[in-house]
Amino acid sequence: MKPLELLMDADALDLALTRITHQILERYPDLSMVGIVGMQTRGVFLAQRIVAKMNQLKSSKLVAGVLDVTLYRDDFRVAFKQPSVQVTEIPFDINEINIVLIDDVLYTGRTVRAALDALIDFGRPKTISLAVLVDRGHRELPIRADFVGKKITTAANQEVRLRIADKDGEDSLWLMQTEEDG
Amino acid sequence: MGLKIQHLLGLEGVDASDISLMLDTADNFHEVLQREIKQVPTLRGKTIVNLFYENSTRTRISFELAEKRLSANPLNFSTTTSSVKKGEILKDTIRNIEAMKIDMVVVRHASPGVPYFLTQCTDAVIINAGDGSHEHPTQALLDMMTIRRKFGTLEGLRVAIVGDILHSRVARSNAWGMKTMGMDVVLCGPPTMLPQHPESLGVSVTDNLDEALEGADIVMLLRLQLERQQNALFPSVREYRERYGIDLDKIEKLERDIVIMHPGPINRGIELASTVADSEHSVILDQVTNGVAMRMAVLYLLGGGDYA
Repeated sequence: MKPLELLMDADALDLALTRITHQILERYPDLSMVGIVGMQTRGVFLAQRIVAKMNQLKSSKLVAGVLDVTLYRDDFRVAFKQPSVQVTEIPFDINEINIVLIDDVLYTGRTVRAALDALIDFGRPKTISLAVLVDRGHRELPIRADFVGKKITTAANQEVRLRIADKDGEDSLWLMQTEEDG
Repeated sequence: MGLKIQHLLGLEGVDASDISLMLDTADNFHEVLQREIKQVPTLRGKTIVNLFYENSTRTRISFELAEKRLSANPLNFSTTTSSVKKGEILKDTIRNIEAMKIDMVVVRHASPGVPYFLTQCTDAVIINAGDGSHEHPTQALLDMMTIRRKFGTLEGLRVAIVGDILHSRVARSNAWGMKTMGMDVVLCGPPTMLPQHPESLGVSVTDNLDEALEGADIVMLLRLQLERQQNALFPSVREYRERYGIDLDKIEKLERDIVIMHPGPINRGIELASTVADSEHSVILDQVTNGVAMRMAVLYLLGGGDYA
C-alpha cells in the first residue's frame, strides 16, 4: 500500500469537522435532542472532536457514544478472519432523539447498514443521520450521507486512510494505492 | 487476528495470545448482555448441537443461552431421551447428527478424550463442555475472566484451588490456563485427592489449607463429590469441612481481602459456608453471568469465517 495523494492536511481536516459541526447544529438546534455516535475505530475520534466543538460553541456537556458494528456485519460468514469485537458504549438514551452517526469513510455502505441495525437494537431514535469525512463512492446499498466533509472519485484498487493525531501521531487524510494494480 | 485453535478441547497447549483474545472478546460480549435487547445476529443460520452425555444445569443452560444470544439455532440432546438408550455408539450418533448439516458441537461426556475423538469423525467445530476428569476449558476461561474483571489483570496473582483436585476437570483446565497467563497456582486437598505428579501441571501442591491460603488473592473451592465418599477418599464429611471447608472464621483470620470462587453447584456448609458464599467476598454469581459472555466469545471466535 503506497500513498497517492494527500486529500486533507491537519488544517483542512479541522475545517471540514468545523463545517460538519455547524451543519449539525443548524439542523438540530436543540442539543438536548441530539446524540452523537462514532463508529469504531476512526469514527470514534471524529465524533469526539465534533462533540468537543459543539460543547465549545454551545457551552453544552454532550458526550460521544461509541458503536462497534462487528456483530452485525453481513460479511461475517465470508470473511477469512474474524474482525475483533470492540467496545460499544452509548451513555445516553437514544429513544426519541436525533442520532448523528459519525464515520471516516463512506464506501459500500455496508458498515452503515450494520450500524443502523445495531443502533435500532438500542432503541428507537426520532431520526438517524450520517456524517462522514469522505464519501468515496462505489455504494452497494441505497445509503447516502447527510453531512459530508469531502466527496472524491476513487478507483476500486484505492483506499482512503485517515490518520488521527491521538492514534497515528498526526492528522491527515490520504488516498492510497493497494498493492495489486487494477 | 483470529484464534490459532480450531476447536476448544482444553487449555493445555493453548497459548497466551489465544486466551487473551477469548477474554477480551468476552469482555465486549459482557456489554451486549447489559443491553435492553441482549441478542445480536452474528451466528444467524448456524446450527449448534449441545451433546450432553452427563447431567448439567448451569453449563448446558449457559451454552444454550449464549447460542441464542448470538442468534444461532441450538439443538439439545440428552442421553436419557435419545437413541443412546437403545445402545447407539458415540460415533454413529455424531455421524447421524452431522448428516443433518450442523456447524458446531458442544459436548460433555464422562470419558476423557471424547471431544478429541469427535474432531476425528466430523468436520464440525467441537467445543469441550467437560470430559471426564480431563478438562472443562470454558469454565476455566470464565474463571479467569471473572478474576481479570475483578483485579484488572491476571499476571502475578496467586490462586488457591481447594478440593478434590484429582478428579477435577475444572482444576486441571484452570491450572493450565492460569499458568499460561502468568498466575501463581497452588492446589490443595486431602492427600488422597491430590494428583500424584503435580509437576506435570507445573503448579505447587499442598494438603495444608493454611499454607495454600498464604498470600492468596483468590480461593476457588471445588464441589466435594459426595458420590465419591464410597471410595473412602476422605474419612468423613465433618473432617473434610473442618480441614478444607471455608467459613467466615477462616476468612477473618486472614485479616485481608480474599475473593471466593466456586464453579457450582455448591455443597453449602461443606466446602463453603453459606455465610461466605453469600458474602461480599464471593464472586460466584459473577462467574455465572460471565459464563454466558465467555461462551458467546468462544462460539463467535470458533464459529466465524473459514480458516483459509
